[in-house]
Amino acid sequence: MAKIKGDILVNVERCKGCEVCIAACPSSTIAMSKEVNGKGYHFAMKVNNDCTGCMNCAIVCPDGVITVYRGKISE
Amino acid sequence: MEEPFVKTEIRKDENIVYKRTDLLVDRPLSYCPGCGHGVVHRLLMETLEEMDIQDKTIGVSPVGCSVLAYDFMNIDMLGAAHGRAPALATAIKRLWPDRFVFTYQGDGDLAAIGTAETIHACNRGENFTIIFINNGIYGMTGGQMAPTTLPGMRSSTSPYGRDVQTMGHPLKITELISNLPGVHYVTRQAVHTPSHVRKTKKAIRKALEQQKESKGIAFIEVVSNCNSGWKMTPVQSNKWMEENMFPFYPLGDIKVDGKLVEKKEVTEKA
Ligand SMILES: Cc1ncc(C[n+]2csc(CCOP(=O)(O)OP(=O)(O)O)c2C)c(N)n1
Ligand code: SF4
Ligand code: SF4
Ligand code: SF4
Ligand SMILES: [Mg+2]
Repeated sequence: MAKIKGDILVNVERCKGCEVCIAACPSSTIAMSKEVNGKGYHFAMKVNNDCTGCMNCAIVCPDGVITVYRGKISE
Repeated sequence: MEEPFVKTEIRKDENIVYKRTDLLVDRPLSYCPGCGHGVVHRLLMETLEEMDIQDKTIGVSPVGCSVLAYDFMNIDMLGAAHGRAPALATAIKRLWPDRFVFTYQGDGDLAAIGTAETIHACNRGENFTIIFINNGIYGMTGGQMAPTTLPGMRSSTSPYGRDVQTMGHPLKITELISNLPGVHYVTRQAVHTPSHVRKTKKAIRKALEQQKESKGIAFIEVVSNCNSGWKMTPVQSNKWMEENMFPFYPLGDIKVDGKLVEKKEVTEKA
């Protein structure tokens, strides 16, 4: 059956690791990386496949670094 | 590093539902991690894009952390002397009445050094939009006390907390200007959660639409964090803001269509 699923793409080098997106995500999809980016910030990354593409993370991100996708998937 | 949990079937250009607007210049914002300035910049640019008025809009940036707003917003902008943005915006709007004009100002800029310009532009009923970022502090210069600093709130110049006996009361400039006849729309919003972000964006849209009718000042206060100045993490600062700033600066509409909103606003926590 076709299901609606989401995905996010984080611009890792622009992320400042503020963690504001984590609190905004209803599906606990985001956590901070162990690694740091070129600026020395831990960055947001996906930690599960439950993203619905709701855009919450992207609209609260002060640096606008998250792109959100939503589409049908057959599973 | 291999990126985990990529949904390749979903991550296609035709499935994009949200991406950073091109009206924000493609460079890193100068703000601290988690600072609300970045969100408001983005909402403003998204709204101009949705209204397709980016070529007809002129912004005025302040002195404060957002002094470089003209470097981030890809539209025509001018930088005003500290606090003087409403005077400059007055001139711009009077010379080009068909342009959409806004000022973007912090609380130090708008409610301290620029108090006279703010009040008189509001009272004259100029037809531009004021975006007022209230973080209760002078962020840029190292977290000094501002007129908006809460009673008891620590800052670098009130290290034991603001004592109203000696340092005076915080200035609710938004309530003050809402009483002026030249002011048509006044609202106080926030940008730290998705629902607050959506409301603020609606308010920005309403304020800009109002300029078409030349009805006077539209004034949007955004209560925002200054996590560096408050000496907290971004997430802590947002919580502190809900618990301390919102009771003193309650969110919601204050004046709509030229009429003061009667009901007592309840502080939102959502
Ligand atoms: C005439 C003048 N006086 C003082 C200053 C120093 N100064 C720069 S920014 C600022 C206050 C900024 O605070 P605010 O408007 O709240 O902006 P924020 O950085 O908090 O966003 C001050 C006092 C200045 N640049 N020019
Ligand atoms: S809100 Fe944006 S900048 Fe902050 S951690 Fe998340 S992706 Fe990074
Ligand atoms: S789009 Fe929604 S579900 Fe997906 S990561 Fe962002 S907040 Fe979470
Ligand atoms: S000092 Fe405060 S207002 Fe300025 S960028 Fe940092 S957090 Fe934002
Ligand atoms: Mg300030």
